[in-house]
Amino acid sequence: MNLEQLTQRCGEWLRGTGPESDIVISTRIRLARNLASFPFNNRASAFQKAEIEAHLRDRIGRLDLTPRLDYLTLPTLSTLDRQMLVERQLISRELALADGPRGVAVGPLETVSLMILEEDHLRMQVMHSGLALDASWQEIDRIDDLVEQKVSYAFSPEFGYLTACPTNVGTGMRASVMLHLPALEFTKQLEKVFRALQKINLAVRGLYGEGSRASGHFYQISNQVTLGKNEPTILAEIAGVIPQIIAYERGARTAWLRDNRQGLQDKVSRAYGTLGSATMMTSEETMELLSFVRLGIHLGLVEDISIHTVNELFIHTQPAHLQKLVGSPLDGEERNAARARYLRTRLREARPNPN
Amino acid sequence: MKCQQCDNPATIHLTDIVQNKKREIHLCRPCAEARNLVEKAELNLPAVLQTFLGQHVGQQMEELARLACPVCGIRYMEFRAQGRLGCPHDYEVFQAGLEPLLQRIHRHVRHVGKAPRRAADCGKPAELIEMRRQMQAAIDDERYEEAARIRDLLRERDDRDES
Repeated sequence: MNLEQLTQRCGEWLRGTGPESDIVISTRIRLARNLASFPFNNRASAFQKAEIEAHLRDRIGRLDLTPRLDYLTLPTLSTLDRQMLVERQLISRELALADGPRGVAVGPLETVSLMILEEDHLRMQVMHSGLALDASWQEIDRIDDLVEQKVSYAFSPEFGYLTACPTNVGTGMRASVMLHLPALEFTKQLEKVFRALQKINLAVRGLYGEGSRASGHFYQISNQVTLGKNEPTILAEIAGVIPQIIAYERGARTAWLRDNRQGLQDKVSRAYGTLGSATMMTSEETMELLSFVRLGIHLGLVEDISIHTVNELFIHTQPAHLQKLVGSPLDGEERNAARARYLRTRLREARPNPN
Repeated sequence: MKCQQCDNPATIHLTDIVQNKKREIHLCRPCAEARNLVEKAELNLPAVLQTFLGQHVGQQMEELARLACPVCGIRYMEFRAQGRLGCPHDYEVFQAGLEPLLQRIHRHVRHVGKAPRRAADCGKPAELIEMRRQMQAAIDDERYEEAARIRDLLRERDDRDES
Protein backbone atom coordinates (compact mmCIF):
# COMPACT_ATOMS: atom_id res chain seq x y z
CA MET A 1 0.00 0.00 0.00
CA ASN A 2 1.38 3.36 -1.03
CA LEU A 3 0.81 5.76 1.85
CA GLU A 4 1.68 8.81 -0.25
CA GLN A 5 -1.10 8.01 -2.72
CA LEU A 6 -3.41 7.24 0.17
CA THR A 7 -2.83 10.73 1.58
CA GLN A 8 -4.02 12.32 -1.67
CA ARG A 9 -7.31 10.46 -1.71
CA CYS A 10 -10.44 11.27 0.23
CA GLY A 11 -10.96 7.93 1.91
CA GLU A 12 -14.16 6.02 2.52
CA TRP A 13 -15.64 7.87 5.45
CA LEU A 14 -15.62 11.24 3.71
CA ARG A 15 -16.59 9.99 0.25
CA GLY A 16 -19.83 11.91 0.76
CA THR A 17 -22.15 9.42 -0.90
CA GLY A 18 -24.68 6.89 0.28
CA PRO A 19 -28.13 7.21 1.82
CA GLU A 20 -28.83 10.41 3.81
CA SER A 21 -25.28 11.59 3.18
CA ASP A 22 -26.18 15.25 3.74
CA ILE A 23 -26.34 14.36 7.46
CA VAL A 24 -24.99 10.83 7.85
CA ILE A 25 -21.27 10.92 7.18
CA SER A 26 -20.41 7.26 7.63
CA THR A 27 -21.29 3.95 9.25
CA ARG A 28 -18.75 1.78 11.01
CA ILE A 29 -18.97 -1.61 12.67
CA ARG A 30 -16.14 -3.25 14.54
CA LEU A 31 -15.80 -6.66 16.12
CA ALA A 32 -13.39 -7.47 18.96
CA ARG A 33 -11.91 -10.96 18.90
CA ASN A 34 -9.14 -12.80 20.76
CA LEU A 35 -7.21 -16.00 20.19
CA ALA A 36 -8.23 -18.79 22.56
CA SER A 37 -4.77 -20.04 23.38
CA PHE A 38 -2.96 -16.79 24.22
CA PRO A 39 -3.25 -14.37 27.14
CA PHE A 40 -4.93 -11.04 26.35
CA ASN A 41 -2.73 -8.30 24.97
CA ASN A 42 -2.03 -6.49 28.27
CA ARG A 43 -0.85 -9.73 29.87
CA ALA A 44 1.22 -10.94 26.90
CA SER A 45 5.02 -10.67 26.92
CA ALA A 46 6.81 -9.04 23.99
CA PHE A 47 7.69 -12.52 22.77
CA GLN A 48 4.07 -13.66 22.94
CA LYS A 49 2.89 -10.53 21.17
CA ALA A 50 5.29 -11.24 18.35
CA GLU A 51 3.84 -14.75 18.14
CA ILE A 52 0.26 -13.45 18.12
CA GLU A 53 1.09 -10.92 15.43
CA ALA A 54 2.82 -13.49 13.22
CA HIS A 55 -0.01 -15.97 13.72
CA LEU A 56 -2.81 -13.53 12.85
CA ARG A 57 -0.87 -11.87 10.06
CA ASP A 58 -0.29 -15.24 8.43
CA ARG A 59 -3.97 -16.29 8.70
CA ILE A 60 -5.27 -12.91 7.51
CA GLY A 61 -2.86 -13.00 4.59
CA ARG A 62 -4.46 -16.24 3.47
CA LEU A 63 -8.09 -15.12 3.74
CA ASP A 64 -10.20 -15.70 0.68
CA LEU A 65 -10.96 -12.01 0.26
CA THR A 66 -11.09 -9.87 -2.86
CA PRO A 67 -9.70 -7.33 -3.19
CA ARG A 68 -6.75 -8.42 -1.07
CA LEU A 69 -5.75 -6.61 2.09
CA ASP A 70 -2.41 -4.87 2.49
CA TYR A 71 -0.56 -5.39 5.73
CA LEU A 72 1.17 -2.51 7.50
CA THR A 73 3.58 -3.24 10.35
CA LEU A 74 2.99 -0.36 12.74
CA PRO A 75 6.43 -0.18 14.43
CA THR A 76 8.08 0.30 11.01
CA LEU A 77 5.90 3.31 10.16
CA SER A 78 6.82 6.87 11.08
CA THR A 79 4.80 8.69 13.75
CA LEU A 80 3.41 10.88 10.97
CA ASP A 81 2.21 7.90 8.92
CA ARG A 82 0.57 6.33 11.96
CA GLN A 83 -1.14 9.62 12.74
CA MET A 84 -2.29 9.81 9.13
CA LEU A 85 -3.94 6.38 9.43
CA VAL A 86 -5.72 7.57 12.61
CA GLU A 87 -7.00 10.65 10.77
CA ARG A 88 -8.38 8.38 8.03
CA GLN A 89 -10.11 6.28 10.71
CA LEU A 90 -8.23 3.18 9.58
CA ILE A 91 -6.60 2.60 12.96
CA SER A 92 -7.38 3.76 16.48
CA ARG A 93 -5.29 6.23 18.44
CA GLU A 94 -4.62 3.42 20.87
CA LEU A 95 -3.03 1.26 18.16
CA ALA A 96 -1.03 4.22 16.83
CA LEU A 97 0.40 5.08 20.24
CA ALA A 98 0.98 1.54 21.61
CA ASP A 99 4.37 -0.15 21.89
CA GLY A 100 5.54 -3.47 20.58
CA PRO A 101 4.47 -5.71 17.71
CA ARG A 102 1.20 -4.68 16.09
CA GLY A 103 -0.20 -4.05 12.66
CA VAL A 104 -3.18 -3.45 10.45
CA ALA A 105 -4.48 -5.09 7.29
CA VAL A 106 -6.25 -2.54 5.11
CA GLY A 107 -8.36 -3.01 1.99
CA PRO A 108 -7.54 -0.83 -1.04
CA LEU A 109 -10.89 0.95 -0.80
CA GLU A 110 -10.30 1.61 2.92
CA THR A 111 -13.65 0.03 3.80
CA VAL A 112 -12.00 -2.85 5.67
CA SER A 113 -9.30 -2.65 8.32
CA LEU A 114 -8.20 -5.41 10.63
CA MET A 115 -6.13 -4.21 13.58
CA ILE A 116 -3.81 -6.70 15.23
CA LEU A 117 -2.84 -6.28 18.90
CA GLU A 118 -4.96 -3.30 19.76
CA GLU A 119 -6.70 -3.69 23.12
CA ASP A 120 -7.79 -7.12 21.84
CA HIS A 121 -5.78 -9.44 19.61
CA LEU A 122 -7.99 -8.60 16.67
CA ARG A 123 -10.24 -5.64 16.00
CA MET A 124 -12.00 -5.90 12.66
CA GLN A 125 -13.68 -2.88 11.16
CA VAL A 126 -15.89 -2.25 8.17
CA MET A 127 -16.73 1.33 7.25
CA HIS A 128 -19.02 2.77 4.60
CA SER A 129 -19.98 6.23 3.51
CA GLY A 130 -23.55 7.24 4.43
CA LEU A 131 -26.06 5.21 6.41
CA ALA A 132 -25.23 1.55 5.78
CA LEU A 133 -25.71 -0.54 8.92
CA ASP A 134 -27.04 -3.65 7.16
CA ALA A 135 -24.45 -3.69 4.40
CA SER A 136 -21.66 -3.09 6.92
CA TRP A 137 -22.89 -5.89 9.18
CA GLN A 138 -23.13 -8.37 6.31
CA GLU A 139 -19.60 -7.56 5.26
CA ILE A 140 -18.01 -7.76 8.72
CA ASP A 141 -19.99 -10.91 9.53
CA ARG A 142 -18.62 -12.58 6.42
CA ILE A 143 -15.05 -11.53 7.17
CA ASP A 144 -15.47 -12.82 10.73
CA ASP A 145 -16.66 -16.18 9.34
CA LEU A 146 -13.61 -16.37 7.08
CA VAL A 147 -11.19 -15.57 9.92
CA GLU A 148 -12.93 -18.06 12.18
CA GLN A 149 -12.16 -20.86 9.72
CA LYS A 150 -8.48 -20.19 10.31
CA VAL A 151 -8.18 -19.29 14.00
CA SER A 152 -9.75 -20.45 17.27
CA TYR A 153 -11.49 -17.54 18.93
CA ALA A 154 -11.77 -17.15 22.69
CA PHE A 155 -15.48 -17.82 23.13
CA SER A 156 -17.71 -19.14 25.87
CA PRO A 157 -21.38 -20.09 25.39
CA GLU A 158 -22.24 -18.06 28.52
CA PHE A 159 -20.31 -14.84 27.87
CA GLY A 160 -19.84 -14.95 24.10
CA TYR A 161 -16.67 -13.60 22.50
CA LEU A 162 -14.28 -12.99 25.38
CA THR A 163 -12.55 -9.62 25.39
CA ALA A 164 -9.85 -7.95 27.45
CA CYS A 165 -12.34 -5.38 28.75
CA PRO A 166 -15.73 -6.54 30.05
CA THR A 167 -17.39 -3.57 28.31
CA ASN A 168 -16.94 -5.38 24.97
CA VAL A 169 -17.73 -8.99 25.92
CA GLY A 170 -20.58 -10.89 24.23
CA THR A 171 -20.95 -9.85 20.61
CA GLY A 172 -17.72 -7.81 20.76
CA MET A 173 -19.58 -5.50 18.40
CA ARG A 174 -19.54 -1.72 18.40
CA ALA A 175 -21.60 -0.16 15.62
CA SER A 176 -21.42 3.56 15.12
CA VAL A 177 -23.00 6.08 12.83
CA MET A 178 -21.30 9.42 12.34
CA LEU A 179 -23.61 12.38 11.91
CA HIS A 180 -23.06 16.00 10.93
CA LEU A 181 -25.31 18.05 13.22
CA PRO A 182 -24.40 21.74 12.85
CA ALA A 183 -27.95 23.10 13.13
CA LEU A 184 -28.82 21.12 16.27
CA GLU A 185 -25.55 22.13 17.86
CA PHE A 186 -25.86 25.78 16.92
CA THR A 187 -29.45 26.02 18.14
CA LYS A 188 -28.45 24.25 21.39
CA GLN A 189 -30.83 21.33 20.99
CA LEU A 190 -28.18 18.61 21.05
CA GLU A 191 -28.19 18.06 24.81
CA LYS A 192 -31.83 17.03 24.64
CA VAL A 193 -31.14 14.51 21.89
CA PHE A 194 -28.13 13.08 23.68
CA ARG A 195 -29.97 12.65 26.96
CA ALA A 196 -32.67 10.70 25.16
CA LEU A 197 -30.01 8.48 23.55
CA GLN A 198 -28.27 7.79 26.84
CA LYS A 199 -31.54 6.64 28.34
CA ILE A 200 -31.67 3.85 25.78
CA ASN A 201 -28.00 3.01 26.33
CA LEU A 202 -26.57 4.53 23.20
CA ALA A 203 -23.31 6.43 23.56
CA VAL A 204 -22.39 9.70 21.87
CA ARG A 205 -18.80 10.55 21.07
CA GLY A 206 -16.84 13.08 19.06
CA LEU A 207 -15.14 12.69 15.72
CA TYR A 208 -12.19 10.58 16.79
CA GLY A 209 -13.97 8.44 19.35
CA GLU A 210 -13.61 8.07 23.08
CA GLY A 211 -12.83 11.28 24.88
CA SER A 212 -12.36 13.33 21.73
CA ARG A 213 -14.07 16.64 21.10
CA ALA A 214 -16.87 16.89 18.61
CA SER A 215 -14.96 19.02 16.15
CA GLY A 216 -16.66 20.06 12.92
CA HIS A 217 -20.04 19.28 14.53
CA PHE A 218 -19.47 15.57 13.85
CA TYR A 219 -20.95 13.10 16.34
CA GLN A 220 -20.81 9.32 16.55
CA ILE A 221 -23.77 7.41 17.92
CA SER A 222 -22.92 3.88 19.03
CA ASN A 223 -24.21 0.99 21.11
CA GLN A 224 -22.91 0.62 24.63
CA VAL A 225 -24.35 -2.82 25.35
CA THR A 226 -22.59 -5.82 23.82
CA LEU A 227 -23.89 -8.61 26.06
CA GLY A 228 -27.38 -10.10 26.21
CA LYS A 229 -28.62 -8.78 22.86
CA ASN A 230 -27.85 -10.31 19.50
CA GLU A 231 -26.25 -8.34 16.68
CA PRO A 232 -29.44 -7.66 14.65
CA THR A 233 -31.20 -6.35 17.78
CA ILE A 234 -28.34 -3.99 18.61
CA LEU A 235 -28.21 -2.74 15.02
CA ALA A 236 -31.98 -2.27 14.92
CA GLU A 237 -31.83 -0.13 18.06
CA ILE A 238 -29.32 2.20 16.42
CA ALA A 239 -31.13 2.13 13.08
CA GLY A 240 -34.32 3.04 14.95
CA VAL A 241 -33.06 6.36 16.33
CA ILE A 242 -31.06 7.64 13.36
CA PRO A 243 -34.09 8.72 11.26
CA GLN A 244 -35.38 10.72 14.24
CA ILE A 245 -32.09 12.52 14.69
CA ILE A 246 -31.93 13.19 10.95
CA ALA A 247 -35.46 14.61 11.11
CA TYR A 248 -34.52 16.84 14.09
CA GLU A 249 -31.46 18.16 12.27
CA ARG A 250 -33.45 18.79 9.09
CA GLY A 251 -36.13 20.51 11.14
CA ALA A 252 -33.54 22.70 12.88
CA ARG A 253 -32.03 23.62 9.50
CA THR A 254 -35.42 24.53 8.05
CA ALA A 255 -36.36 26.59 11.12
CA TRP A 256 -33.02 28.39 11.05
CA LEU A 257 -33.51 29.27 7.36
CA ARG A 258 -37.09 30.41 8.00
CA ASP A 259 -36.36 32.50 11.10
CA ASN A 260 -33.02 33.99 10.20
CA ARG A 261 -32.05 33.28 6.63
CA GLN A 262 -29.88 36.35 6.40
CA GLY A 263 -28.01 35.49 9.60
CA LEU A 264 -27.35 31.95 8.41
CA GLN A 265 -26.32 33.11 4.95
CA ASP A 266 -23.90 35.53 6.60
CA LYS A 267 -22.46 32.81 8.83
CA VAL A 268 -21.87 30.51 5.87
CA SER A 269 -20.43 33.26 3.67
CA ARG A 270 -18.09 34.44 6.41
CA ALA A 271 -16.91 30.89 6.98
CA TYR A 272 -16.25 30.45 3.27
CA GLY A 273 -14.56 33.85 3.04
CA THR A 274 -12.31 33.20 6.04
CA LEU A 275 -11.22 29.81 4.70
CA GLY A 276 -10.26 31.43 1.40
CA SER A 277 -8.37 34.39 2.79
CA ALA A 278 -6.96 33.76 6.29
CA THR A 279 -3.20 33.41 6.70
CA MET A 280 -3.20 31.35 9.92
CA MET A 281 -5.62 28.51 10.54
CA THR A 282 -5.80 25.96 13.35
CA SER A 283 -7.19 22.53 12.65
CA GLU A 284 -10.07 23.18 15.03
CA GLU A 285 -11.14 26.43 13.36
CA THR A 286 -10.84 24.84 9.92
CA MET A 287 -13.21 22.04 10.95
CA GLU A 288 -15.71 24.53 12.35
CA LEU A 289 -15.68 26.73 9.24
CA LEU A 290 -15.77 23.80 6.79
CA SER A 291 -18.74 22.51 8.73
CA PHE A 292 -20.69 25.71 8.02
CA VAL A 293 -19.67 25.65 4.35
CA ARG A 294 -20.85 22.03 4.16
CA LEU A 295 -24.16 23.07 5.70
CA GLY A 296 -24.38 26.00 3.26
CA ILE A 297 -23.90 23.75 0.24
CA HIS A 298 -26.70 21.43 1.36
CA LEU A 299 -29.01 24.40 1.93
CA GLY A 300 -28.19 25.99 -1.43
CA LEU A 301 -26.49 28.98 0.21
CA VAL A 302 -23.12 28.35 -1.44
CA GLU A 303 -22.95 27.32 -5.05
CA ASP A 304 -19.46 27.58 -6.39
CA ILE A 305 -17.86 24.74 -4.40
CA SER A 306 -18.64 21.04 -4.42
CA ILE A 307 -19.31 18.86 -1.40
CA HIS A 308 -16.48 16.65 -2.62
CA THR A 309 -13.97 19.50 -2.30
CA VAL A 310 -15.19 20.31 1.21
CA ASN A 311 -14.95 16.64 2.27
CA GLU A 312 -11.45 16.44 0.87
CA LEU A 313 -10.44 19.59 2.76
CA PHE A 314 -11.77 18.10 6.03
CA ILE A 315 -9.24 15.28 5.75
CA HIS A 316 -6.37 17.11 4.00
CA THR A 317 -6.20 19.85 6.64
CA GLN A 318 -5.76 17.37 9.50
CA PRO A 319 -2.24 17.74 10.98
CA ALA A 320 -0.59 14.58 9.61
CA HIS A 321 -2.24 14.81 6.19
CA LEU A 322 -1.22 18.43 5.84
CA GLN A 323 2.41 17.69 6.72
CA LYS A 324 2.51 14.81 4.26
CA LEU A 325 0.96 16.90 1.49
CA VAL A 326 3.34 19.79 2.12
CA GLY A 327 6.19 17.30 2.26
CA SER A 328 7.88 18.39 5.48
CA PRO A 329 7.24 18.18 9.21
CA LEU A 330 5.87 21.44 10.59
CA ASP A 331 5.35 22.63 14.13
CA GLY A 332 2.31 24.54 15.43
CA GLU A 333 2.71 28.03 13.96
CA GLU A 334 4.24 26.87 10.70
CA ARG A 335 1.53 24.30 10.37
CA ASN A 336 -1.22 26.89 10.83
CA ALA A 337 0.36 29.07 8.15
CA ALA A 338 0.74 26.08 5.80
CA ARG A 339 -2.86 25.04 6.43
CA ALA A 340 -4.14 28.53 5.56
CA ARG A 341 -1.97 28.55 2.42
CA TYR A 342 -3.25 25.15 1.40
CA LEU A 343 -6.87 26.23 1.91
CA ARG A 344 -6.40 29.44 -0.09
CA THR A 345 -4.86 27.57 -3.01
CA ARG A 346 -7.43 24.80 -3.04
CA LEU A 347 -10.38 27.17 -2.81
CA ARG A 348 -9.01 29.38 -5.58
CA GLU A 349 -8.70 26.31 -7.81
CA ALA A 350 -12.16 25.10 -6.86
CA ARG A 351 -13.92 28.32 -7.84
CA PRO A 352 -14.98 28.66 -11.43
CA ASN A 353 -13.00 31.12 -13.50
CA PRO A 354 -14.71 34.56 -13.20
CA ASN A 355 -14.32 35.09 -16.95
CA MET B 1 -23.75 7.60 55.13
CA LYS B 2 -25.47 4.95 53.08
CA CYS B 3 -27.64 5.48 50.04
CA GLN B 4 -31.34 5.35 50.92
CA GLN B 5 -32.03 3.04 47.97
CA CYS B 6 -29.16 0.60 48.21
CA ASP B 7 -26.14 -0.08 50.41
CA ASN B 8 -23.61 1.94 48.46
CA PRO B 9 -22.14 5.06 50.05
CA ALA B 10 -24.31 8.11 49.44
CA THR B 11 -22.52 10.80 47.45
CA ILE B 12 -25.50 12.96 46.43
CA HIS B 13 -27.17 14.90 49.23
CA LEU B 14 -30.27 16.91 48.45
CA THR B 15 -32.51 18.98 50.63
CA ASP B 16 -35.88 20.15 49.45
CA ILE B 17 -38.57 22.09 51.20
CA VAL B 18 -42.16 21.34 50.30
CA GLN B 19 -44.90 23.28 52.13
CA ASN B 20 -42.45 24.30 54.82
CA LYS B 21 -41.42 20.71 55.43
CA LYS B 22 -37.75 19.97 55.02
CA ARG B 23 -36.82 16.67 53.42
CA GLU B 24 -33.32 15.27 53.03
CA ILE B 25 -32.34 12.78 50.36
CA HIS B 26 -29.09 10.82 50.40
CA LEU B 27 -28.29 8.69 47.37
CA CYS B 28 -25.39 7.13 45.54
CA ARG B 29 -24.79 8.45 42.04
CA PRO B 30 -26.42 5.57 40.08
CA CYS B 31 -29.60 5.75 42.18
CA ALA B 32 -29.70 9.53 41.80
CA GLU B 33 -29.23 9.17 38.04
CA ALA B 34 -31.97 6.54 37.89
CA ARG B 35 -34.38 9.04 39.44
CA ASN B 36 -33.17 11.81 37.13
CA LEU B 37 -32.05 13.88 40.11
CA VAL B 38 -28.65 14.53 38.62
CA GLU B 39 -27.41 14.76 35.08
CA LYS B 40 -25.69 11.70 33.82
CA ALA B 41 -21.99 12.13 33.34
CA GLU B 42 -20.94 11.88 29.70
CA LEU B 43 -20.65 8.28 28.69
CA ASN B 44 -17.03 7.43 28.56
CA LEU B 45 -16.57 3.70 28.83
CA PRO B 46 -13.38 3.40 30.86
CA ALA B 47 -14.68 6.04 33.28
CA VAL B 48 -17.99 4.21 33.54
CA LEU B 49 -16.14 0.98 34.13
CA GLN B 50 -14.05 2.50 36.89
CA THR B 51 -17.18 3.72 38.64
CA PHE B 52 -18.74 0.27 38.37
CA LEU B 53 -15.58 -1.39 39.57
CA GLY B 54 -15.54 0.75 42.65
CA GLN B 55 -19.10 -0.02 43.62
CA HIS B 56 -20.36 -3.41 42.81
CA VAL B 57 -18.58 -5.81 45.08
CA GLY B 58 -18.62 -4.73 48.71
CA GLN B 59 -18.96 -7.75 50.98
CA GLN B 60 -17.48 -10.23 48.49
CA MET B 61 -14.40 -8.11 48.27
CA GLU B 62 -12.23 -9.99 50.73
CA GLU B 63 -12.84 -13.29 49.06
CA LEU B 64 -12.29 -11.85 45.59
CA ALA B 65 -9.17 -10.01 46.69
CA ARG B 66 -7.48 -13.35 47.30
CA LEU B 67 -8.32 -14.70 43.85
CA ALA B 68 -5.77 -15.13 41.08
CA CYS B 69 -6.20 -16.84 37.71
CA PRO B 70 -4.27 -20.14 37.66
CA VAL B 71 -3.89 -19.84 33.88
CA CYS B 72 -2.49 -16.34 33.29
CA GLY B 73 -1.62 -15.39 36.86
CA ILE B 74 -3.53 -12.10 37.00
CA ARG B 75 -4.95 -11.26 40.43
CA TYR B 76 -8.49 -9.98 40.79
CA MET B 77 -7.12 -6.79 42.34
CA GLU B 78 -4.93 -6.17 39.30
CA PHE B 79 -7.98 -6.43 37.07
CA ARG B 80 -9.76 -3.94 39.32
CA ALA B 81 -6.88 -1.51 39.10
CA GLN B 82 -6.39 -1.79 35.33
CA GLY B 83 -9.88 -2.59 34.09
CA ARG B 84 -8.44 -5.21 31.74
CA LEU B 85 -8.53 -8.98 32.14
CA GLY B 86 -5.51 -11.19 31.59
CA CYS B 87 -6.86 -14.14 29.59
CA PRO B 88 -10.13 -15.72 28.42
CA HIS B 89 -10.12 -18.06 31.44
CA ASP B 90 -10.58 -15.07 33.81
CA TYR B 91 -14.26 -14.91 32.92
CA GLU B 92 -14.64 -18.26 34.69
CA VAL B 93 -12.26 -17.64 37.59
CA PHE B 94 -13.62 -14.18 38.44
CA GLN B 95 -17.23 -14.99 37.56
CA ALA B 96 -18.56 -14.00 41.01
CA GLY B 97 -16.97 -10.58 40.74
CA LEU B 98 -17.68 -10.10 37.05
CA GLU B 99 -21.37 -10.90 36.88
CA PRO B 100 -22.59 -7.95 38.97
CA LEU B 101 -20.29 -5.77 36.88
CA LEU B 102 -21.66 -7.15 33.60
CA GLN B 103 -25.19 -6.66 34.89
CA ARG B 104 -24.47 -3.00 35.50
CA ILE B 105 -22.71 -2.36 32.21
CA HIS B 106 -24.93 -4.42 29.91
CA ARG B 107 -28.01 -5.11 32.04
CA HIS B 108 -27.55 -8.73 31.06
CA VAL B 109 -25.10 -11.45 32.06
CA ARG B 110 -25.56 -14.01 29.27
CA HIS B 111 -24.59 -13.92 25.61
CA VAL B 112 -27.31 -14.45 23.00
CA GLY B 113 -25.63 -13.41 19.73
CA LYS B 114 -23.40 -14.98 17.14
CA ALA B 115 -21.28 -18.04 17.99
CA PRO B 116 -18.35 -19.56 16.15
CA ARG B 117 -19.33 -22.60 14.09
CA ARG B 118 -16.40 -24.58 15.40
CA ALA B 119 -16.62 -25.24 19.11
CA ALA B 120 -13.18 -24.85 20.66
CA ASP B 121 -12.04 -27.54 23.06
CA CYS B 122 -12.43 -25.73 26.37
CA GLY B 123 -9.57 -27.19 28.37
CA LYS B 124 -6.83 -27.05 25.79
CA PRO B 125 -6.55 -23.31 25.14
CA ALA B 126 -6.23 -22.62 28.86
CA GLU B 127 -3.53 -25.24 29.16
CA LEU B 128 -1.65 -23.64 26.28
CA ILE B 129 -1.83 -20.20 27.89
CA GLU B 130 -0.46 -21.66 31.10
CA MET B 131 2.39 -23.36 29.25
CA ARG B 132 3.21 -20.09 27.49
CA ARG B 133 3.39 -18.39 30.88
CA GLN B 134 5.73 -21.07 32.22
CA MET B 135 7.90 -20.70 29.14
CA GLN B 136 8.06 -16.93 29.61
CA ALA B 137 8.99 -17.39 33.28
CA ALA B 138 11.75 -19.80 32.26
CA ILE B 139 13.09 -17.25 29.75
CA ASP B 140 12.96 -14.47 32.35
CA ASP B 141 14.94 -16.65 34.80
CA GLU B 142 17.39 -17.60 32.08
CA ARG B 143 16.43 -21.28 32.37
CA TYR B 144 16.76 -21.67 28.63
CA GLU B 145 16.73 -25.47 28.50
CA GLU B 146 13.45 -25.52 30.34
CA ALA B 147 12.09 -22.82 28.04
CA ALA B 148 13.10 -24.83 24.97
CA ARG B 149 11.50 -27.96 26.41
CA ILE B 150 8.18 -26.14 26.92
CA ARG B 151 8.45 -24.58 23.48
CA ASP B 152 8.74 -28.03 21.89
CA LEU B 153 5.83 -29.30 23.95
CA LEU B 154 3.79 -26.30 22.85
CA ARG B 155 4.57 -26.99 19.22
CA GLU B 156 3.40 -30.54 19.65
CA ARG B 157 0.20 -29.65 21.51
CA ASP B 158 -0.69 -26.61 19.55
CA ASP B 159 -1.33 -28.15 16.17
CA ARG B 160 -2.52 -24.61 15.55
CA ASP B 161 -6.13 -24.07 15.10
CA GLU B 162 -6.71 -24.49 11.43
CA SER B 163 -9.38 -26.82 10.23
